[in-house]
Amino acid sequence: MNRFDYVRPRTVAEAVAAAAVPGSAYLAGGTNLLDLMKIGVARPDRLIDLNYLPGLDVIETLPDGAVRIGTQVRNADLAHDRDFRERFPAVAEALLSGASAQLRNAATVGGNLLQRTRCAYFQDTASACNRRSPGSGCDALGGENRLHAVLGWSEHCIATHPSDFCVPLVALGAVVEIEGPQGRREISLSDFHLLPGTTPERESVLTPGELIVALRLPADAAGFAAHARYVKLRERTSYAFAVVSAAAALRMEGGRIVEARLALGGVAAKPWRAEAAEAALAGCLPDADAFRRAADVALEAARASGDNAFKIGLARRIAIRALTLAAAGTPERTPALPASPFAPITGGLHV
Amino acid sequence: MSDANRSRHGSSIGQPVTRRDGMQKVTGQARFAADNNPAGLLYAALATSKIALGRVAFLDVAAARAHPGVVEVMVQENRPALAQHPDDKSVPFSFKMDLLQDDRVRYAGQPIAVVIAETLEAATEGAALLAPRYEAEPVEVTLDAAGAYVPETVGVGAPAEMRHGDVEAGLGSAAFRIEATYETPLQFHNAMEPHAVVAAWDGDALSLDMPTQGLALTQMRLASLFGIRMQDIHIRTPFIGGGFGSKLLSGPQVLGILAARLVGRPVKLVLTRAQMYGPVSHRSPTRQTLRMGAAADGGLTAIHHHLRTATSRFDDFLEPSGGVSHSLYAAPAIATTTEAVRLDTGTPGFMRAPGEASGSIALESAMDEMAAACGMDPLEFRLRNYAEVEPVSGKPFSSKALRECYTEGAARFGWAGRPLEPRQMRDEDGMLVGWGLGTATFPAMMFQGEARAVLRRDGTGVMESGTHEMGQGAWTAFAQIAADSLGLSLDQLEFRAGNSDLPNAGIAGGSAHTATAGSAIHSAGGQAIERLTELAVADPRSPLFGAGNVGVVARDGRLVRRDDDSRSESYSDILGRAGLDMVEGRGSAAADPAVAERYAMHAHGAVFAEVKVDPDLGQIRVTRLVGAFAAGRIINPRLVRSQYYGGMIWGLSFALQERAAIDPRTGRVMNADLAEYHVPVNADVPSVEAILVAEEDPYVNALGVKGVGEIGITGTAGAIANAVWHATGVRVRHFPIALEDITGALEA
Ligand SMILES: Cc1cc2nc3c(=O)[nH]c(=O)nc-3n(C[C@H](O)[C@H](O)[C@H](O)COP(=O)(O)OP(=O)(O)OC[C@H]3O[C@@H](n4cnc5c(N)ncnc54)[C@H](O)[C@@H]3O)c2cc1C
Ligand code: SF4
Repeated sequence: MNRFDYVRPRTVAEAVAAAAVPGSAYLAGGTNLLDLMKIGVARPDRLIDLNYLPGLDVIETLPDGAVRIGTQVRNADLAHDRDFRERFPAVAEALLSGASAQLRNAATVGGNLLQRTRCAYFQDTASACNRRSPGSGCDALGGENRLHAVLGWSEHCIATHPSDFCVPLVALGAVVEIEGPQGRREISLSDFHLLPGTTPERESVLTPGELIVALRLPADAAGFAAHARYVKLRERTSYAFAVVSAAAALRMEGGRIVEARLALGGVAAKPWRAEAAEAALAGCLPDADAFRRAADVALEAARASGDNAFKIGLARRIAIRALTLAAAGTPERTPALPASPFAPITGGLHV
Repeated sequence: MSDANRSRHGSSIGQPVTRRDGMQKVTGQARFAADNNPAGLLYAALATSKIALGRVAFLDVAAARAHPGVVEVMVQENRPALAQHPDDKSVPFSFKMDLLQDDRVRYAGQPIAVVIAETLEAATEGAALLAPRYEAEPVEVTLDAAGAYVPETVGVGAPAEMRHGDVEAGLGSAAFRIEATYETPLQFHNAMEPHAVVAAWDGDALSLDMPTQGLALTQMRLASLFGIRMQDIHIRTPFIGGGFGSKLLSGPQVLGILAARLVGRPVKLVLTRAQMYGPVSHRSPTRQTLRMGAAADGGLTAIHHHLRTATSRFDDFLEPSGGVSHSLYAAPAIATTTEAVRLDTGTPGFMRAPGEASGSIALESAMDEMAAACGMDPLEFRLRNYAEVEPVSGKPFSSKALRECYTEGAARFGWAGRPLEPRQMRDEDGMLVGWGLGTATFPAMMFQGEARAVLRRDGTGVMESGTHEMGQGAWTAFAQIAADSLGLSLDQLEFRAGNSDLPNAGIAGGSAHTATAGSAIHSAGGQAIERLTELAVADPRSPLFGAGNVGVVARDGRLVRRDDDSRSESYSDILGRAGLDMVEGRGSAAADPAVAERYAMHAHGAVFAEVKVDPDLGQIRVTRLVGAFAAGRIINPRLVRSQYYGGMIWGLSFALQERAAIDPRTGRVMNADLAEYHVPVNADVPSVEAILVAEEDPYVNALGVKGVGEIGITGTAGAIANAVWHATGVRVRHFPIALEDITGALEA
């Protein structure tokens, strides 16, 4: 690991000012950043520690009913917050399906949004990688790319965004609040991450020095609480990134879907909201046919970027499963194996 | 064996004593090699090669040296001289090492320099600053590599080809035949504790804190490499955080010792997780083709087990997968053949059940396919082909309670009523349910080992044997054997182990440590008791005077007349009267070639697996594992059960999870960390049971114990693969079984 300066700002303004110096990086839980520093992928000159900033670790309900989550709220604290879990069960389930208990205790909201791809070539400094080193090429093409993107990729980069948390968030229309040298702004989460195009090194709309201060879930997002699920396929029962995942949320009236939300994870460089599929579901009966049609729409543009054609079919199936489970109703308690197809197994105690 | 020795009935052996080191482990008090920080310690970091073949053209040594805290950079030019070439393999179980002897690179992850610094951080950054430049050559790292050859041996000197009976005739006459090819992946060692060393030189004396599974062999190789005397090398290895065959002596550890020599200060070198994917051996990939024939009644007519596997470009170890087919099922004709390729990887080596693990998953899958072809239940089919004598050699088994394993395992699992056809069972949530079976087997081996026992005047005893506590509970089991051999309770016994100054206990490998060192301990204790007995029965003042002919037994710190319980004397009294502070006994153990000539010796087991498979998504979960194992006498049922659990969980890993993703273009492993190199987590193992099936073996060794460390993997992986087939009707023949193997086949 390179030598670096360590800065501990006392206010958000101080943090933003400190980060204006080129070569700076914000340190939140450190579960991604420090790992990348150890393997030489990230080599910041200055770490701006967010862990001592006041007021950023609060979950609050705003007068309009929206919920605002400070960026330093830990993934575990958010998932286990009773009110939050009741209003946004799919978000809690997604959080609990990610990483391990220890990691969730450290990981933060902002850090989760901004975690880097798990593409092996991105993590290997001897490989060509446009995202890490613009213009160097992409060794994932023609390499170990079983788990790479099937939507929104380009020849310049086929990586996926690995977050579980972001998938239901984007489905529910979350908004990111940003503080920066130019002041405060906010942006919808679905516009926050960028597809690779010809500039895969640009992963989000953040400009240098900008700080995520909070995430907001609009009041209407709680309207899906009765029918909201997250399902995640992975190569072991727990503690693995998604091969593909889906968040589905339905607002039902009189046995019909009034409004649907659907997003996919593990398929693209951003959490993939499937708006056309959502539109296709509005007004439908929640049956297998409707779900199949919606899933087809969601994956219409999908194409393999390598040895991953199977992910297209799997993504379609997981979308159907998530919709089916959402239609059946949110379980009273978060399943013992959150987001697992094996969630119904009784007696499972592990997360 | 003396009478006194033979007739003692043990009080510790057979008890489920808890681990003596348990409290230390769970409270973090157990001191592993890397926990040692001698005064003046420096830290070493390896720089490893990113290419797999070629040469290192340039290292920026100046940049590394200039980094604050860096003390020295060890490269080819300044690496201290060695007395023996690192390729020399004259010490048993040795492999060629990469000790900066030249600028060649022969695999990715090969050490190319060592940076020594005041802190680990400085050493690590120094290694990064070396920014090597290479001249790379094209590599071959998969089984499809060109240049396949037929080797003479596999494993450690086992013949690569074996033919018994006429396989082609057997296949020709069969009513049912199968031919199938199974592939197992490249797997890497991932013991919890990475390889480490803390080395300190004092002139030509070398002091080491270092995990090793073979204290004496390690001492021997280091003595040859450095041209120093074995007795000047002191290795402490009180705890090993898992070895699994990778921890004899690794090249990186020798580099740590060389670094200490170079700088004249103690040096600590600990591999990073990623650095374990290269220089510390691995399990090579295999491609195994099984051809089997069976008569109309289900009796096997022939087994042909053909293996294609790989070794490194520069050294030899071939995973001996065919061996399992020699001893397990009765067939009049059995052949195993091998072909191999050389790859630009590190040299493969011993990984828990080397050969048996990979061979078993292929053989047990094929047996399942054969049973299905015959329309028979897999258990019935295995019983139909039960080997009453070892099929290839014709020798009787020294003991074999496999039939009981099948019976007890099947009963516990509830195997009866299993539908013959696949895809017949569902649970209440609509998951596909499947049941599979695999037979477990592992040879019962012995190495050479020694022990020294002392009975002291205060009535306590000491047993010394340089045994290895790898986490398996050796320290506890050996203490139990020692206590019984000396007629003492555990708390009257001091057991000294894990140190090269003690008698050579052989290696902890081949599931033979308990058999070997345990037998030596047993005999050392016996000899000490004999000495004491001689003192007592010859002394007219002893109540045991004259008992020589009828003998005495040692029990609870006393010698007791066998024919008269009321006549006994304590060890203290005997020694006190003789004016002695102690008596000593020495013991040794080794395989008895005469017994091996007469008997086939193996542990056996039967593993039953239940899996559930999501019919749409292909996600697999092993919901139940029941293994029933017979491995001779059980020293400590609690520890043995843990060994079986661990083996079975590794079997699960083998069937469903473990796989190194090697990039064929570069030879680099692209998932060299525990986030991406998957092994099971708790949630993957909801229920695992191990049944200890009684088995008495009067031949294997004085204690009657067979090994339990490796057998659990065998059988299990195949049982799971077979259960997946039974659940889904999809026969996957490459491992680990992936999501797309199931959904892909269901879609097709
Ligand atoms: C072994 C392992 C398994 C994992 N499995 C999963 C999984 O299954 N699912 C999943 O979703 N995730 C998984 N993760 C990833 C984990 O969720 C992320 O590492 C974590 O969320 C990152 O949060 P952090 O607070 O530790 O971020 P940090 O590591 O501190 O930061 C990450 C990045 O975000 C930037 N950053 C942080 N906060 C801010 C802010 N407020 N404003 C601007 N920039 C900021 C940092 O500068 C850095 O670039 C896994 C991680 C590991 C190590
Ligand atoms: S897929 Fe993207 S992250 Fe991976 S190597 Fe290619 S450019 Fe880099």
